[in-house]
Amino acid sequence: MPGPGDRGGVKAKPKDAKGALRRIGRYLLRYRAAVLVLLGCALLSNLGNLLGPRFAGRAIGEAEAGFRQGPGHVDMDAVLRYALLMLLAYVGSNILSFLVHIGMARVGKRVAQNLRRDVFDKLMTLPVGYFDRNQAGDIISRVSYDIDVVSTSLSTDVIQILTSTITVAGSFTMMCVISPPLVLCMLFTIPVSILFTRHMSKKTRPLYAKRSRAYGEMNGFAEEMFTGQKTILAYAQEEEMSRRFSGINRRAAEAFRDAASMGMTMGPTIGMISNFGLASIGLGGAVLYLYRIVGLAQISSFVLYSRKFSGPITEISNIINEIFSALAAAERVFHLLDQPEEARDLYGAEELKDCRGHVEAKDVSFGYVPEKTVLHDLNLEARPGQTVAIVGPTGAGKTTIINLLMRFYDPGDGKILVDGRDHLEYTRRSLRRSYAMVLQDTWVFCGTIFDNIAYGKENATMEEVVAAAKAARIHNYIMRLPQGYNTVVSEDGSNISKGQKQLLTIARAMLYDTSMLILDEATSNVDTNTERQVQKAIRSLMKDKTCFVIAHRLSTIRNADQILVVNDGDVVEQGTHESLMLQKGFYYRLYASQFQ
Amino acid sequence: MKLIFRSLGRCKRAVAIAIGLKFLGSVFELLLPYIFEHIIDDVVPAEELLRVVLWGLTMFAAAVLCRTFNVMANRRAVDNAHRISYQLRQALFEKTVNLTGPQFDAVGLPSLISRMTSDSYNVQTAVQQLQSLCVRAPIMLLGGVLVAMLMDLRLSLVLLVLLPVLIAVILLISSRGIPLYTKVQQRLDDVVRIMRESITGIRVVKALSKEDYEKRRFGDANGEMTKTDIRAATVMAIPGPFMQLCLNAGLTLVVYLGAKRVDAGLIKPGVILAFLTYFNMITMGVMGLNRIFVSLSKASASADRIDAVLQMNTEEAAGGGAHCAPLQGEAAGAAADFIRFEHVDFSYGADSAEQEGFAGESREKALEDISFTLRRGESLGIIGPTGCGKTTVINLLMHFYDPTAGRILLEGRELRSFDKDALRKRFGVAFQNDMIFQDSLRGNVDFGRGLSEAEIRAAAEDAMAAEFIDRLPEGLDYAASIKGANLSGGQKQRILVARALAARPEILVLDDSSSALDYRTDAAMRRAIREHHPDTTLILIAQRVSSVMQLDKILVMDNGRCIGLGSHRELMASCPAYKEICEIQMGELS
Repeated sequence: MPGPGDRGGVKAKPKDAKGALRRIGRYLLRYRAAVLVLLGCALLSNLGNLLGPRFAGRAIGEAEAGFRQGPGHVDMDAVLRYALLMLLAYVGSNILSFLVHIGMARVGKRVAQNLRRDVFDKLMTLPVGYFDRNQAGDIISRVSYDIDVVSTSLSTDVIQILTSTITVAGSFTMMCVISPPLVLCMLFTIPVSILFTRHMSKKTRPLYAKRSRAYGEMNGFAEEMFTGQKTILAYAQEEEMSRRFSGINRRAAEAFRDAASMGMTMGPTIGMISNFGLASIGLGGAVLYLYRIVGLAQISSFVLYSRKFSGPITEISNIINEIFSALAAAERVFHLLDQPEEARDLYGAEELKDCRGHVEAKDVSFGYVPEKTVLHDLNLEARPGQTVAIVGPTGAGKTTIINLLMRFYDPGDGKILVDGRDHLEYTRRSLRRSYAMVLQDTWVFCGTIFDNIAYGKENATMEEVVAAAKAARIHNYIMRLPQGYNTVVSEDGSNISKGQKQLLTIARAMLYDTSMLILDEATSNVDTNTERQVQKAIRSLMKDKTCFVIAHRLSTIRNADQILVVNDGDVVEQGTHESLMLQKGFYYRLYASQFQ
Repeated sequence: MKLIFRSLGRCKRAVAIAIGLKFLGSVFELLLPYIFEHIIDDVVPAEELLRVVLWGLTMFAAAVLCRTFNVMANRRAVDNAHRISYQLRQALFEKTVNLTGPQFDAVGLPSLISRMTSDSYNVQTAVQQLQSLCVRAPIMLLGGVLVAMLMDLRLSLVLLVLLPVLIAVILLISSRGIPLYTKVQQRLDDVVRIMRESITGIRVVKALSKEDYEKRRFGDANGEMTKTDIRAATVMAIPGPFMQLCLNAGLTLVVYLGAKRVDAGLIKPGVILAFLTYFNMITMGVMGLNRIFVSLSKASASADRIDAVLQMNTEEAAGGGAHCAPLQGEAAGAAADFIRFEHVDFSYGADSAEQEGFAGESREKALEDISFTLRRGESLGIIGPTGCGKTTVINLLMHFYDPTAGRILLEGRELRSFDKDALRKRFGVAFQNDMIFQDSLRGNVDFGRGLSEAEIRAAAEDAMAAEFIDRLPEGLDYAASIKGANLSGGQKQRILVARALAARPEILVLDDSSSALDYRTDAAMRRAIREHHPDTTLILIAQRVSSVMQLDKILVMDNGRCIGLGSHRELMASCPAYKEICEIQMGELS
């Protein structure tokens, strides 16, 4: 069951199996008391399970002894006694095994819970860049799929290994106790099974690897094609793309077939080896019986144990596969947990208090990848209350500047000063809290309107929220909703229009009184009335603040104190509207492109 | 669930063979303890070594046969699973690429991808498992019961009492289990939702330093989910041990009653022994049944998700209209009009009533009362602010969606009467942020249409792509990576325009396809298109007046409505909004 993100790495081999194992072990250790008790119970349960056949054998022995002397000679009291003991052993064992199952499932789920929590907590500490580089789908597949694999394996495999070991060891001991010569008869099955398993796994492993690759290729292709579905439709290439997919699909299916058919010979073959064991017991037992070395009762309970003995050996290859896939999944989780966090605040970093809103950039250079600088020597001064407009074509990198101001990224060279001091010297938290931010992709979450507005300010009162909503001109609209401020915004906010979403986020920023504002003013599909409301709300939000605006409206650009013209990631021009028009450069061409 | 059986049914013969082989294998598996019992009970007491050896060899032979049949059966099962999953994925892929706009939107891209990748994998696993489990478990169960009954009818009565109880328990628990698992799935959805929210809103979260708040929010959902999960696991843990308990109790009963019957001289002690073995077998059969139910209930959710896509009717909209002749009366009047929009209204998701805004307002219209006509070879520019519905016009014209009201005619025929593929083949289109595929540049321009080198070359030149392609050492064979990550924005746009031009389409649609180009290249591209494709009807969407002012007609849009239609000169006179945009954009220069 490959998650969408792991590109079909089904039974992927872990790279550092030991490390992953150790770290899972550490999670398990938190429940060591429970695990110990459960292991004890498992041990007892197995013991009961092993004793059962022993008592059954005794009971049959009594029957056999009586049988030899003819009907009516069976000591039924003894039979009853053994039968009761047998029942007791089994019932006890089953009840314990039930408890163990539940208990381990519980531990497994708790470990999963801890893992999920740790992953999420980790996500909250990662730099924004991580989310720019990694797809949400991939991160989520680690939480939903990989952790599930780990937890399932913990709940079942740990117990399975333990019970298997106990069963194998216990049955073997019992078999030795019953009849060492019979043990010799079937002993050959052990090395043969082990050698065979080894041989096979050596053969199948590359086939499984090939399968993973084929699945990865297929999933990748499907993902790409679905993403470009509209283009495929537009060019009427559905059939051609299906034909291409067919080849990839066939390769994946065949890789699966090759790996699985090879893997599928394993079970029956191990089964055959253990049946050979049974046959040798039959043969050997008969011979030994003829020489009066063993009795029938001994043979019968021996057979029961030998079945118990060979069962787990058949299972072992499966379990090993599962454990490896769980370890591979765990590695993906741990890999995320090992990502470098957002750098700590500088030692002695101070809280930024009562910020005036004076921002200066001095020779700032920056690249998302160290070797590729996109922003060269940016110099800029925004005095309190001024507006800086950032303009440029789509995808030119306007957000880079925002990223640097908010310290989502830190500049490679040069520095940014806030109120005359390098902004690295403030705590990240207080610096970010000094900006209000209204982004283009308005972000609302599944919660009430109140929660959504109050998001930026802890313990905000209803009065404050209402005041903010009024300032954002959305109060009347909210009051018309069936539950007013308690109306729940659905997931992704699909029950609320874009314009209202924008007003909500503006209200959120209103509540959050700051001296600096970051604003992405792209228009959205709102009716003229709402648009006018948004305009007004934005105007009042911008009042008395130092504003950095990704500008799309001409009035904003013209009124800006400064304009940064961005292209291909870099600031190519800078100045006021008038000075830029005089420069006759990129900005000028942005307007003048009509005069060809 | 149905899908799984339907797929299995499609290769009945192969499945039957696999099941038959598995049946033979299981028969030999059952035979082994029977022979063993025979050796111990009948042969050994006779003290004939030769017969013992002969029977022993028979056992070896049976073991070998058992393996042979099982391996063959497994191979067949895998082979069937591989074929079924191939067909299933192929069908799903073909269906998905053919989905209409509203259908695609309704499921959503991430969900479609995960249906293709993880759900199809779940079904494949189930198909493979079912073929062996479904045979092995019932055979073990029935065979075990049958042989036990043959050996001693009275003793096997114990089984007859037990079995209905066991099967009832399996059914009961699994019927309880499925809703429990559904609930777990819902809680997991919550967890995933919050995670997705926090990831997509990470900038807001960080800007407001709400990390701790988000952690708490996630922690709550996480806890809820774990609680439900544990409850489900607890219920689902009951059947296994419970069934073992029942069978073990039965086993004890068999031992006791068997001893009694031995005492009465009715059976030999070996029978009890064999019974024990068969009991184990029956236990395994029952456990197998249990596993079938678990595996089926897990896979059925996936199968349903796939089936939901497969059942979508993509032909519905394209409908039989293909044979409906052009409307005569209309055609006469509108013959000169190549493309004609008549009072077109449109809203996205208009069919899904539940999507209605909670304020009770109807959904915002993406388009409202749009009308225009174009003659063959004319050009139309569409201008207006972001999100005003420019792209929607294209979506309707290419019949990705049907208009909610009004109609769209091509050559006097309603759009929906055209075969979709035939209709779209007349277009060449570059969407806004269109896809560059992981393929060579040639492959990206050709896009499966089998165009000649000359056509591709010419298109690359008209799109101004040739200049950068020629500078690449591999030229047209340069391999673009996923989503064209190794190309610049301008390079991507030029490849997309080349793709649109390559087949010399009747209608060329460029949706904001030169925004990343510098002015000189943009102008050169437009000139090349005008000169080398004079018969092509051009529809060009832009944000800048400069890009559209020389076109025959300009449609000025705002907020889904047409606020001006005409040539540049006409609009300057009649459309204040257009005039304003113009003055704003070029005012400083005049």
